[in-house]
Amino acid sequence: MQYIQQVAFLLLATYAIWLFSKNILQIKKNIFLGKPEDLSDSPNLRWKNVILLALGQKKMFRNKTVAIMHLIIYAGFIIINVEVLEIILDGILGTHRLFFEPLGNLYSFLINFFEILAVGVIAVCIIFLYRRNIMKLKRFMSKDLNGWPKSDANYILVVEIILMSLFLTMNAADSAIQLLGSEHYHATGSFIFSGFLVPLFDSLSVSQLVFIERTCWWMHIIGILAFLNYLPYSKHLHIILAFPNAYYSRLKPMGEVKNMANVQNEVKYMMEPELAPTGDAQPTIFGARDVMDLSWKNLLDAYSCTECGRCSDACPANQTGKLLSPRKIMMDTRDRLEEVGLNIKQNGAFKDDGKKLLNDYITVEELRACTTCNACVQECPVSINPLDIIMELRRSLIMEDSNAPQEWNGMFGNIENNFAPWKLSPDDRDAWTKEI
Amino acid sequence: MQVPTMAEFLAKGETPEVLFWVGCAGSFDQRAQKITKAFVTILEKVGIKYGILGKEEMCTGDPARRAGNEFMFQMMAYQNIQILNGYNIKKIVTACPHCFNIFKNEYPVLGGNYEVIHHATFLQQLIDSGKINMKDGGAFKGKKITYHDSCYLGRANDIYEAPRKVLEAMDVALVEMKRCKSNGLCCGAGGAQMFKEEEKGDLRINIERSNEALATGASIIAAACPFCNTMLTDGVKNNEKEDEVQVLDIAELVASCLS
Repeated sequence: MQYIQQVAFLLLATYAIWLFSKNILQIKKNIFLGKPEDLSDSPNLRWKNVILLALGQKKMFRNKTVAIMHLIIYAGFIIINVEVLEIILDGILGTHRLFFEPLGNLYSFLINFFEILAVGVIAVCIIFLYRRNIMKLKRFMSKDLNGWPKSDANYILVVEIILMSLFLTMNAADSAIQLLGSEHYHATGSFIFSGFLVPLFDSLSVSQLVFIERTCWWMHIIGILAFLNYLPYSKHLHIILAFPNAYYSRLKPMGEVKNMANVQNEVKYMMEPELAPTGDAQPTIFGARDVMDLSWKNLLDAYSCTECGRCSDACPANQTGKLLSPRKIMMDTRDRLEEVGLNIKQNGAFKDDGKKLLNDYITVEELRACTTCNACVQECPVSINPLDIIMELRRSLIMEDSNAPQEWNGMFGNIENNFAPWKLSPDDRDAWTKEI
Repeated sequence: MQVPTMAEFLAKGETPEVLFWVGCAGSFDQRAQKITKAFVTILEKVGIKYGILGKEEMCTGDPARRAGNEFMFQMMAYQNIQILNGYNIKKIVTACPHCFNIFKNEYPVLGGNYEVIHHATFLQQLIDSGKINMKDGGAFKGKKITYHDSCYLGRANDIYEAPRKVLEAMDVALVEMKRCKSNGLCCGAGGAQMFKEEEKGDLRINIERSNEALATGASIIAAACPFCNTMLTDGVKNNEKEDEVQVLDIAELVASCLS
């Protein structure tokens, strides 16, 4: 019986990890559909960002209450993994509470600490469910989240509550068994929170309790492995990608727009034709129409987004009722990328599906509303830059499609002819000097 | 007053300490011209050897680039860099955060390397070095003033303290808006929005921001960008508060303390 459980566990865990790796590799492949961008400079500064922004969650602390609540879930997640390690080893070796004997008193201390975290996680998840569904905070009520994204967020919170409850029930059943005496179950004593649940099991026999304890153990680990495999389909993927995204985050001042070396050269050759290379020029496209035209970092951004909406909450256009929502820009990019990735997987190479990120997902009206104020970039706790994508799409609109509002065309014309965005004579540029 | 140009300096075989880059708004916009004149007044008073490019100055290309027209931007950048390098310019001061940002962050890769300083920082330095003293007789002493962060000075380039230090030097009662510094709300002009009608929405961005500024009860809204100035002035007018509340550039505040 014991061996069957060990083999079953090993098969299950291997399958779960294999499936997860497969999906993660697909995501990696999708990300590298993007154009190359060299972000290998300044490793020290980049590691500092990983520690401050990802590990330290620095930007979350722009709102302290939420930051502390999020930190509880986060700490719970990371620290309880030590317990998961024991669970996995127990599963493979057929042992029970493997760390109990080597750790001695420290073991009870650790489990008590995990239980405190587990209760903390349950409490915060309930508060977060309340904020999302009952308090109806503005950023969670946005139409960006209609359908799957709204359910996704709730599923994550509910699953976390279930996992933590299973952990506590398992510990309680274990303690109850110890009271009745069983050789296999170490005398760990009861734990700080699950101890309160022990009286519930008063009337049960050892075998019934073992059944409950085993069921909780299995459901807990199956739940964790299932949740692991849920990540690639969920906004919850940020728990992994926040780290590489912090590492590769932009180190330049926010105000700097990416230079287009190809346009720079074209202008240079126009001004100084003697420098122009001979032979046919390589055809290039300007800006981005689809996800493949964006940089791989833009695509990593899209997969790192946890749809929290801090960006849109800070966006002046979004806050005054314009169509633009930086969060939607990121969600659209991810959705389109998933679609393109699947297309390539099914057809061997990308087969034109008559769709593009520009227009089919992100509309002109959204792009036109951006003031390039960088509030979205400033707010993002996981170092996403929605403005970079907006700029690339704007470039395509103007330079590929000549799609500009009339006033902008006027402004371009004025800059070209009068060297100022207004229709005023360049001769009057210094007219003010005569008035002082 | 004669405002010296770089061409005149060159003719005399001299080089000024700093080039004052006026910018399109500062040159052509009637409201922004007042800021330009105030800043020149300060330069003259402090006795700084400065020059302007005059008719040789051109748009930096900022609105074109941010609208998506990289060609137009590169054309302007090329021409400006030719002129600036031709005069062997080392240091530029400007009262426009958009020009400041583009010189500081976007021209270097194109071959335009200059020490660039925004007038907020420039004024702060003059105050710190004792060249401007407004403590006694400052016209704005104790006055309730709020400061609006320009996105291209603040978030874009991390300059939050310099303009506030300038205001502190006037002994004003600085009141902050709820959204200030890195949380500051845009005036609505950036990203070439200044040059087009706003997209459909519930409210104009400048109205939203002006309402926030007016809610502080300040009698002066200080700004450090000619475009923010225009947007906020419009917002104040929209509230019919133009008789009670003024929108002024920090250079204007400093200049009126000096006169």
